[in-house]
Amino acid sequence: MKVSVTVNGVPQEHEVEPRTLLVYYIREVVGLTGTNIGCDTSSCGACTVLVDGESVKSCTMLAVQADGAEITTIEGLAGSDGQMHPMQEAFREKHALQCGYCTPGMVMAAVSLLKEHPHPTEAEVREGLEGNLCRCTGYHNIVEAVLHAASTGSVSA
Amino acid sequence: MIPAGFDYRRAATLDEALSLLADGGDEAKLIAGGHSLLPLMKLRLAAPSMLIDIGRLGDLSFVRDGGDHVVVGALTRHRDVEIDQTLRDHVPLLAHVAGQVGDPQVRHRGTIGGSIAHGDPASDLPAACLALGASFKAVGPSGERTIDASDFFLGFLETALGPDEVLTEIIVPKATGAGWSFQKFNRRAQDWAIVGVAAVRGERTGISLINMGPTPVRASATEDALAGGASAAEAAARAAEGLEPPSDLNATPEYRVHLAQVLVRRALEEASAA
Repeated sequence: MKVSVTVNGVPQEHEVEPRTLLVYYIREVVGLTGTNIGCDTSSCGACTVLVDGESVKSCTMLAVQADGAEITTIEGLAGSDGQMHPMQEAFREKHALQCGYCTPGMVMAAVSLLKEHPHPTEAEVREGLEGNLCRCTGYHNIVEAVLHAASTGSVSA
Repeated sequence: MIPAGFDYRRAATLDEALSLLADGGDEAKLIAGGHSLLPLMKLRLAAPSMLIDIGRLGDLSFVRDGGDHVVVGALTRHRDVEIDQTLRDHVPLLAHVAGQVGDPQVRHRGTIGGSIAHGDPASDLPAACLALGASFKAVGPSGERTIDASDFFLGFLETALGPDEVLTEIIVPKATGAGWSFQKFNRRAQDWAIVGVAAVRGERTGISLINMGPTPVRASATEDALAGGASAAEAAARAAEGLEPPSDLNATPEYRVHLAQVLVRRALEEASAA
């Protein structure tokens, strides 16, 4: 089955088996391995990407369901000049990562969150990231980073 | 984890979906957001030989004010139910419950119709529809019919929906100004409810329970007690009467009975304070 999508602004067209999950398509077919597979059961959020601007767990979507969509992965956030996205900058500034495994999904979920709630309270950030698990339990600085990014008002996907 | 192989067909219209479903027989499954079906397929607990993707039938994604009721298209995503102003004004329980399903990523993909058709007793929206006295419109080869929520959930993951039918609309009576409450008890934020309660108290009183049996269920004894003038505490004490809650690694049946009584009391107190 043919799938045509745009990944980080680059058109992609591939023949895939219908059962190919979006995360495997992104990692193994398109070759972008920044998106991690964590639990593979729709729980941990490590595989979060943006589909048409909204956060989605790419382990729980078929690549064929994404046909025609615009997909943004962690690799697509920074500018072409290497300038980090404000959310990435905020994660660096607030030391919002420890082992880093959850980070790509956390950042993508946080970008989607601020699109829907540009000025969230701390409670709204914590609830808004409920779909992402950090096994280092580093939530405190992650929440700080998202609040910091919101306060700069510069986040848009 | 990768699902077993299947044929994938994408329906461009409802008629096409119905005809694919008729051709596909018992082994064909509809997929919309896929957030109930794909996890089961990845675990190989479900292995349909054909998936019929109805996710692009955009005219089944809507919220419409129908006068004394609100009609929600079956393909309306949880996120869109959550933020819809008509629902927030007239059926705030439903909008609120949609915002409690899973997590934001799940709510960006999952649909209300998918959740209802899946019929999981641990799901939030089927129970909310029961409490609200909703009904469901299904379209099949011989036309359409409307099924009351109270007649819809027949057994564990089993509904009144025929294998050749497509759920198209959720019809919810308005509960404008009525008191309501949703209590969801779980250990981790995004988990299924270990026990949950959806309650609405106004012209119509409906109390329903999540994960207290093989289907979403009404707390009938509590509703009867309230109709007879019982206090919230007296009515809540009867929340689990006649029910056989499941046992799993989260809770024993006895613990679920306790939770149901406590959560129904909280729900009744919150709903009457509204």
